[in-house]
Amino acid sequence: MPILNDFSQELTTLNLGPTHPATHGIFQNILQMDGERIVSGVPTIGYIHRAFEKLAERKPFYQITTLTDRMNYCSSPINNLGWHMTVEKLLGVTVPKRAQYIRVIMMELARIADHLICNSILGVDTGAFTGFLYVFQEREKIYEIYEEVCGARLTTNMGRVGGMERDLSPVALQKLRDWLKSFPAVMKEFEAMFNRNRIFMDRVVNVGPISAEKALSYGFTGPNLRAAGVDYDVRAMNPYSSYEDFEFDIPVGTNGDTYDRFIVRNEEIWQSLRIINQALDKLPDGPYHADAPHYYLPTKPEVYKNMEALIYHFKIVMGEIDAPVGEVYHSVEGGNGELGFYLISDGGRTPYRLHFRRPCFIYYQAYPEMAVGTTLSDAIVILSSMNVIAGELDA
Amino acid sequence: MSPLDAAAAPEAPVAEDPIKAQNAQVMALLTRLFGEGTFTDVHEPYGLLTATTTRERIHDIIAGLQQDQELKFHFLTTMCGINYPENVGKELGMIYHLHSMTKNIRLRLKIFFPIADPVVPTLTDLYNTANWMEREAYDFFGIIFTGHPNLIRILNVEDMDYHPMRREYPVEDGTREDKTDLFFGR
Repeated sequence: MPILNDFSQELTTLNLGPTHPATHGIFQNILQMDGERIVSGVPTIGYIHRAFEKLAERKPFYQITTLTDRMNYCSSPINNLGWHMTVEKLLGVTVPKRAQYIRVIMMELARIADHLICNSILGVDTGAFTGFLYVFQEREKIYEIYEEVCGARLTTNMGRVGGMERDLSPVALQKLRDWLKSFPAVMKEFEAMFNRNRIFMDRVVNVGPISAEKALSYGFTGPNLRAAGVDYDVRAMNPYSSYEDFEFDIPVGTNGDTYDRFIVRNEEIWQSLRIINQALDKLPDGPYHADAPHYYLPTKPEVYKNMEALIYHFKIVMGEIDAPVGEVYHSVEGGNGELGFYLISDGGRTPYRLHFRRPCFIYYQAYPEMAVGTTLSDAIVILSSMNVIAGELDA
Repeated sequence: MSPLDAAAAPEAPVAEDPIKAQNAQVMALLTRLFGEGTFTDVHEPYGLLTATTTRERIHDIIAGLQQDQELKFHFLTTMCGINYPENVGKELGMIYHLHSMTKNIRLRLKIFFPIADPVVPTLTDLYNTANWMEREAYDFFGIIFTGHPNLIRILNVEDMDYHPMRREYPVEDGTREDKTDLFFGR
């Protein structure tokens, strides 16, 4: 029984979340606070768990696409295309170069959008709202490009098994080129506002540092791992979709603190722009999808006039195409790190088992260790800089 | 058949020679480290070396791989459970994906064990990241990890008394007659 009025001995239990604006999603942190200082933290997840792995056991391969983009909704094209690449690997479909380059462009746009959100919201969490407004417009423009490419903005159903759903239209290309011209200036302004900002640096430098060994042991990937000084990038180590054709650097940090994570993400935006520019310059002519009628959904005009196309369309939409027996692990560099798809097929029309390696789920367990000993306001910026997306955390 | 012969079998349709050679090297090293006969069912689907071992050995093997100076498997990419109801005596399984970043070698290890005795050793003493992955496997498949510091449900509600990812439960609504297992999924 604690002595009454001896407040120094009493710990306060504070529920950060489940629906606190600073948690960026529905998950809870039960913090034990000694005054303003965090003594221990217990994360509780599962609030929006939707059993995607179980659902995927009953869905044909195309329908699983719509599960993937609801995981990381800030960069859904990466999830979509990563899934399609997994199925292509299983089926042994080779995708033509043009489709691969378009995929690279789309995935890098998604990465930029993801990093922009993360970094600008980190600014909001430290009290700087202006930067958020600057770059949120740019995310809007990226979404307009998505809209031009696939018709959707947030839950993009981009790509098909074997290539893209459609080619880049002249309008989409024009929008992309315009955006590539206007965006660097905004990004420079955003960086000028934050990178050497005294108030911002006071809030983030040496906050929530994590060593490289710890980060690896906790399974960190993506910007969070690179901020700790490990130059692991799936795009460079296991290139997929023609990433080996492009030149880009892997920015790494040194301390693994909140500031490094911020800077690494900013640098990655520049590298993504480099990749997009190269891909646009070198964009090859040719088909935008593989000649794989069993798997690639035929176009509507073809379905109307071609019997074969109608049959394949029906079979694909109803999910009557059987996949070969096999197991495949394919990983892509998602916005938050290594996004892996482990697919076991027993020769049926649905996966026997599908396991998503969601980067958020894996590294969020390090959060209590990073937050303990700091203050509540630090805990918020640490959480923000880790870019935990609840949809990906729970899946 | 020795494991090396199995590794050279034409399993993967897209496997290339350098990957095959590397996998053969890794397999030779694994056999040298952990002894002949430790690994069964060695193959390389889509270029990723896969081997099955037993739950008695799995902890030692992964600890050995982590400490090995040549391979340095410092990264546990992912692990997940699996359920094969028709595999009597080996209904449940755990699948581990390891990654050696220094040499860029990925390795997949599997263990299978009876559903009546779903007890496997924990890896939380080797990798911090194993903590939640094991809680997830416990949650979905009921696999019990001995030595785990906090083996409670993670994604589902705490008072659930079954393990939903086991293949015992139909996904479709049981009251509907127009949707049968015959027509949907498998």
